Amino acid sequence: MMRYSLFLLVFISGYCIGQTAVTDVSGREIRPPAKVERVYAAGPPASLLVFAIAPEKLVGWTRAMRDNEAPFFPDRYARLPELGRLTGRGNTANVEVVLNAKADLIVDVGSTGATLASLASQVQEQTRIPYGLFDGRIESTPGTLRALGRLMGNEREAERLAAWYENELEEARRRVAGVKEHPLVYYGRSASGLQTGGKGSINVEVLEVLGARNAGAEVRPGLVTVSFEQVLLWNPEVILTTDPNYWKSVWSDPRWRAVKAVEDKRVYLSPHLPFGWFDFPPGANRLLGVWWTGKLLYPQPFGDVDLRAKTAEFHRLFYHREPTAAQLDALLAEPGVLPK
Amino acid sequence: MNSRALSYVLAAGALVGLTALAFAVGRYPISLAELVSVLVGKSVSANVETVVLQVRGPRVLAALVVGAALAAAGTAYQGMFRNPLVSPDILGVSSGAALGAVLAIFFSQGIIVIQVFAFVGGLVAVGLVYWIGSRLRGHDPLLALVLTGVVIGTLLGSVIALLKYLADPYNQLPAITYWLLGSLAAIAPRDLAAAAPLALAGLAPMLLLRWRVNLLALPDDEARALGVDTRKLRTLVVAAATLMTAAAVAVSGIIGWIGLLIPHAARLLVGPDFGRLLPLAMLLGAAFLLAVDTLCRTIATIEVPPGVLTALIGTPFFLWLFALARRSW
Repeated sequence: MMRYSLFLLVFISGYCIGQTAVTDVSGREIRPPAKVERVYAAGPPASLLVFAIAPEKLVGWTRAMRDNEAPFFPDRYARLPELGRLTGRGNTANVEVVLNAKADLIVDVGSTGATLASLASQVQEQTRIPYGLFDGRIESTPGTLRALGRLMGNEREAERLAAWYENELEEARRRVAGVKEHPLVYYGRSASGLQTGGKGSINVEVLEVLGARNAGAEVRPGLVTVSFEQVLLWNPEVILTTDPNYWKSVWSDPRWRAVKAVEDKRVYLSPHLPFGWFDFPPGANRLLGVWWTGKLLYPQPFGDVDLRAKTAEFHRLFYHREPTAAQLDALLAEPGVLPK
Repeated sequence: MNSRALSYVLAAGALVGLTALAFAVGRYPISLAELVSVLVGKSVSANVETVVLQVRGPRVLAALVVGAALAAAGTAYQGMFRNPLVSPDILGVSSGAALGAVLAIFFSQGIIVIQVFAFVGGLVAVGLVYWIGSRLRGHDPLLALVLTGVVIGTLLGSVIALLKYLADPYNQLPAITYWLLGSLAAIAPRDLAAAAPLALAGLAPMLLLRWRVNLLALPDDEARALGVDTRKLRTLVVAAATLMTAAAVAVSGIIGWIGLLIPHAARLLVGPDFGRLLPLAMLLGAAFLLAVDTLCRTIATIEVPPGVLTALIGTPFFLWLFALARRSW
């Protein structure tokens, strides 16, 4: 009886304080306050997920919305203040800004190395605000959504998004499952197109989800520069890029014209509004890149995928505003996005 | 044959040998027969032709031009400033070029705009330094110039740091970092066509005035006593060296070491006379950057930044030469 009541007491007190401890990827136990009303997201991938789960809880963007990005979000959220990044390559946020934002919780989503874990611990000690770190890979997005939902007290919303996301990934995998021959794809970044993502690099995760062959897979992980001769040696069948200048230049540059993808006119430019589809920021946004790349690489199994509908649905669920027909047109009709 | 003449012959020989080797090796396998066929204009497969004429050839030539230009500019500056620690970027040409390129990347511009911004940025920075430096009266003019160069360079450096800080961390920041590391990976024929004439235009006055440049190393009043207008001559040398360096940096990004240490290597071999020094420094600079860049593009699937190898290879070589030579500079 004694034991039972003690258990009950613990259970009740735990319930009243509302502590749902969640273990983040660095193995630290994050205990949010009973009611989480204001969440500071430390980087763009985290902003996107917090916003998707509960837009009213996001205290600000890491960078103010640009004029061409804002129309994709409900007005009052598009106008949220710029608070700066807290992690990643160089902070632009000041710890005092974070305190001033009166956040109940800080979350970061992305890469999860020891450097970021120690930064999270340090900021948590300084600010006494719980700081959770979660995996930003496409495959981990459903799990990250659920963990964030528990921390924020929005399990239901998070579960809905996570289940939907899982479903989408599952569908994409199912479609590509029967594919025997995967084309060789080169991902060309920067104005010269000579930067690419190596094996396991987060920059080419979309290709990995689809099981596509990444030309850069034989080099080390991460962003690398390769020589033009190396690209010609790989002779990729398809080139994907995020750089409009590079996309324009391949057609007139005699060097690039020697590459099979250019010869076959299979060089495509990823849409980038309001968040990039293929590469950056490295967050949940890249689900649209999975569909886009799928359609470009595997016209057969992805033939009946309606990219407009997929885009509209993702925007409705994650950005809380259904894009207008004109916005969809603008996204998909930009030169290079789809085959002529 | 005396040892000076031997130095020229050996350097020229090394340059020719390295150039032949550089044409023959690369990530894309090309046989010697194919290479010769392309070079004499016989028809080969389209890819081989593209590699040799559009990719490897321009890159080899660009390495020669950039290496020679940086070494020549460094030689001129070290003589003029009477200081062995001076490199071509002492008057801010590299910082200016870097700021121009970083601005263009920050505003998501294409490669040509990045290069034009870098070139113009380099010229503007040195113009500014020279203008301010020559207005600081009451000091040794050379000291005023060098100090202005250092402080303006620092100022430009902090603007670059600010732009890096504000740049998109996923996309622009890596592009900026790679540009600042320097590379010849993206060289296209048009880069060479633009940079080579500019570098030559800078070289011409230096070659023509090579005997007089020595006089710049003398104190101003002594030079004037010999009938040389040091102010005019100095302006001309700075303009020529800046033009060469800016043209080189615009296509290659920042490659250190060559402009600082190749002139020393040349001086150890043939002594301080500018007329003798300049050709040898250019030969050595060209050969050295070519050797480094050939390694950069062949030792791994990925490109190695030349700035890393110039120091890794160059430092032991330089120390060896320094220990060997007895000549003071």
